[in-house]
Amino acid sequence: MPKPPLNNRAQVRRTMGTTEVSILVFFAVVIVALIVISVLFSVEGESELAFHPMDQFMIKPLFGEYGDPVYWYTVTNLTFWMALAVLCVVLMFVLGTRGRAIVPGRSQSVAELTYGFVFKMVEDVTGKEAVKFFPYIFTLFLFILFANFVALIPTSASPTSQITVTAFLALAVFLTVTVVGFVKNGMKFLGLFWVSSAPLALRPILAIIELISYFVRPVSHSIRLAGNIMAGHAVIKVFAGFAAITAIAPVSVLAITAIFGLEVLVAFIQAYVFTILTCVYLKDALHPSH
Amino acid sequence: MAIDTIDLELAGSCVDDGGSAIGMPQLCDAWFANQIFWLIVALVAIFLILTRIALPRVSAVLAERSGTISNDLAAAEDLKRQATEAEAAYEKALTDARAEAQRISGEARAAIKADLDAAIAVADEKIGAKAAESEKQITEIRAGAAASVAQVARDVASEIVTALGGKADAATVNAAVDARVKGN
Amino acid sequence: MELEAASALGQFAGAGLAAIGSGLAAIGVGNVAGNFLAGALRNPSAANAQTATLFIGIAFAEALGIFAFLVSLLLMFAV
Repeated sequence: MPKPPLNNRAQVRRTMGTTEVSILVFFAVVIVALIVISVLFSVEGESELAFHPMDQFMIKPLFGEYGDPVYWYTVTNLTFWMALAVLCVVLMFVLGTRGRAIVPGRSQSVAELTYGFVFKMVEDVTGKEAVKFFPYIFTLFLFILFANFVALIPTSASPTSQITVTAFLALAVFLTVTVVGFVKNGMKFLGLFWVSSAPLALRPILAIIELISYFVRPVSHSIRLAGNIMAGHAVIKVFAGFAAITAIAPVSVLAITAIFGLEVLVAFIQAYVFTILTCVYLKDALHPSH
Repeated sequence: MAIDTIDLELAGSCVDDGGSAIGMPQLCDAWFANQIFWLIVALVAIFLILTRIALPRVSAVLAERSGTISNDLAAAEDLKRQATEAEAAYEKALTDARAEAQRISGEARAAIKADLDAAIAVADEKIGAKAAESEKQITEIRAGAAASVAQVARDVASEIVTALGGKADAATVNAAVDARVKGN
Repeated sequence: MELEAASALGQFAGAGLAAIGSGLAAIGVGNVAGNFLAGALRNPSAANAQTATLFIGIAFAEALGIFAFLVSLLLMFAV
């Protein structure tokens, strides 16, 4: 019975659209090319696996010799990518809104949507009287968002993967929240730790737990962002390390592609989460009663 | 790593002689000051750009747009109100016109009816007069005819008598005829 | 040296064990998201207003996993 398989195959071919076929062909070509390239370049020998997933987070001077000392004012690779993030903000919010059109164009409406997104978040989560903190929160959001996104460019150094950077951001939020809380509410701000809805016997224990969780906030706030970005980049680097083995290289490239897609998502979500947590903490400072 | 001419003293304690990081590069305290300095610069730059240029501009545009939209909505509301008014006016005019038409046609009908009644009355009168006259004439004619019948009978009788060869005595004939007419 | 080898072994084994914690946090995050989805499908009109709460919940669930991840990293690189 030689006929049924043939028929089947014809049927399969018919049910697959031209798009799927071209995608398959594209991937086949890419994989073959990768194998060829990796075979050609592995002639140099030294196919031992060398993982340095953390090297991408090193600070290097942008100008001058590699290995030059890094002083506090030295222009480093981190400076460059931060500047790129600032440039993105300028492009989006200064050049994009240049027209001040009543009926916005494409770039202007992106800027307005971002503005509206964060503004609504601040208003919904924190309340109307927190609108005066909006520029501060918006600055944090835009810096983290664009730093995350420019860090997705290959060979970049990502500012938000540096625990120092995120710790500074989180500590700034923590200090702002604490200062605002005490200035606005005075000693009543300590009511945040005194859960008046709980039974009296439990309140001291709850107060200790609340106090600990209050001081852990900047830690989790900063480590969450840095950890997510660092983990994603390190995983990509590890998969890239596997690409040194010819047989695994195609799988490794596909895995990098998949992780990259995930990282695009994470880049936005972490900026969003950092901002919304800032709003939540600020709400505690403005309305400390439980 | 290809670079092997690194001055380890200058590069800091976080780089090994292969140029790779020792431990986590993020935890290298030699780089903290640099990172924080440039972070502050970047944040201040973004903050200034936003508060000086971007946010006033965007919020102005948004306010202007919402103003325009509410103006347009108010104008649309106004136009809608005007349209409703115009429709009401039109409706009222239509009702008035209909009532007017009703009235006019009623009046015309009444006038026509009055004319018609008058004409009918005149006609009735005329017909009555004519009928009375005719009645009189008929009565006269009938009376005339009755008188004539006697005369004719007398004449015919005398003629017949004459024709039969007799001599018609007028008085006798008349008496006979009268007797005959009366007695039948 | 014997002690050094044992120390390295303990370091890496500890790092691996700590990394399990971030996997456990994934269960928590999945729990939050799944319950949100179940609720959102029951009452889709209320779902939009609760997206922020969803992300806050995910962030808190993730925080503890991040601590495990941090411990793992510290064991790997900083000890």
